[in-house]
Amino acid sequence: MYTRSYRAAVTLPPVLWVSLFLLLAYALLLIYSFWSVQNGFIVHAWSLDSYRRLVGNPEYLGVLLRSMRIAAFVTVAALVLGYPLAYYLSFYSRHKRLLYQIVIVPLWVSYLVRAYAWKTILGTDGVLNTLLQALHLTSRPVSALLYSPWAVWITLTHIYTPFAFLPIYAALEHIPRSLVEASQDLGASPGQTFWRVIVPLSAPGIVAGATFAFVLSLGDFLAPLLVGGPNGIMISNIVVSLFGAAYDWPMGAAISVGMLLLVLGLLFATERLEKKWAYV
Amino acid sequence: MGVRMKGTTRTSSPVLALHSVLVFAFLYLPIGVLMVYSFNGIGVGSFPPRQLTFDWYRLLFRDGAIWDSVWNSAKVALVAVLLSLLLGVPAALAIDRAKIPGIGIFRRLVLLPLILPGIITGLSLLMLFVAAAMKLSLLTVALGHGTALIAVATTEVYAGVVKLDRRQEEASLDLGANDWQTFWRITLPNLKLSIIGAALLVFTLSMDEIAVTFFLVGRENTLPLEIWSRLRRGMTPEINAISTIIFLFSLATIVVWYRLRMRGETALESAL
Repeated sequence: MYTRSYRAAVTLPPVLWVSLFLLLAYALLLIYSFWSVQNGFIVHAWSLDSYRRLVGNPEYLGVLLRSMRIAAFVTVAALVLGYPLAYYLSFYSRHKRLLYQIVIVPLWVSYLVRAYAWKTILGTDGVLNTLLQALHLTSRPVSALLYSPWAVWITLTHIYTPFAFLPIYAALEHIPRSLVEASQDLGASPGQTFWRVIVPLSAPGIVAGATFAFVLSLGDFLAPLLVGGPNGIMISNIVVSLFGAAYDWPMGAAISVGMLLLVLGLLFATERLEKKWAYV
Repeated sequence: MGVRMKGTTRTSSPVLALHSVLVFAFLYLPIGVLMVYSFNGIGVGSFPPRQLTFDWYRLLFRDGAIWDSVWNSAKVALVAVLLSLLLGVPAALAIDRAKIPGIGIFRRLVLLPLILPGIITGLSLLMLFVAAAMKLSLLTVALGHGTALIAVATTEVYAGVVKLDRRQEEASLDLGANDWQTFWRITLPNLKLSIIGAALLVFTLSMDEIAVTFFLVGRENTLPLEIWSRLRRGMTPEINAISTIIFLFSLATIVVWYRLRMRGETALESAL
């Protein structure tokens, strides 16, 4: 139906641009990871040096494991907060469109500013501590609130819960209500209907929401800097420091390639899972 | 629709309702705290807020560096919107109708910046600009934002393309208009709403972008990076004041966008 020139005109510019600015850029990342640093200069010769140092460095692996642990906790919390909320909006609320917008609105507030607000809340002379002292629940400020992996966990959960909510809500909205009615008509209790009809039918949404929450929080580097303290540092912070003061680009690139493979592997697995659990 | 739903929309669930209220409280607590403390006379923190004042707003309006960075961010965001639309609209059409091998790979590649951690895209682009011997500046930031946000523009516009009434384009072609006349007179006007939505989204995302900007910025700061550099020096309610203003600004944008879409939908419904 469309002429060859039309198809070429809509295809070529984006394909060329994306090949140059994304494909080539990501390829450079891979190339850098196979270079090495000697005496403060990047040596443009192939070597597995960075990967060898990466695997042999317990600090890097430890931080990577901690990042995955924090991301996993964030994912669980985001699902625990997001699923019932999405379920309530989709099945009970009479104002679902308005409430849906209210879930989205915080996403429009600067990410940085919301993370910083948590610092205000959790800090030593912050809102929560002064409140606790005013209520005589504690005599001295609880310093463990801020600068800990827990502070990172709370902040990231706050930021990524809407991302987990969105696909779950979409999945719940797509469940044919006739199936729910059928389950009720056939004598299932509300609990049985929920666990055996609604949850399985919304499984692809849960998988998508969990993937978003996990991947996005795994790569986060600002929340750890703002509220994490030395024990809350995550893998992206190491990459940033390697590209900054440490000037070890090949090492930073190698860690990034590792993250990239982890994320792509996860996306591949969850995409298959979503397809398998889709009911259409 | 309402009648059919009646049987399945259950009347009430106090536990779920309470849970939802708590989640909303959790989502809005920091925003509330932030706004309240922009009026707090004795700085950030400490409860309850005391000595309410507009001083921080006064300070903010005289703060040249902040407004320079706002202007820089706006310039970057405008370029990013143009770039992402110039490439995203054709990309959406290509995914829909250019039946060429490899378009699936292209589609995945375009989406990568949305899915990968921002710092990976940021430092990959940094390596590219270093390799091209380009000096880091607002231009490199804008190129980075534009490229990363093609994903958003493509997804938004593609959603519109899928919903297009194909018969209009077919009629136009049958009646003797060529591809380009059909594109300018039928396809593009029908995609207007998706394109405006994509533009608003890209603009807001660009205004708030940090991870990619962090690696590509030169001497001139964007607003988030200016805020970031101040946060590192210590907290000041001036940041709360500018954040409150941005929040209200975003809220206004959402309302405008929402009403636009509602109008679009009702127009669509009456047309059917």
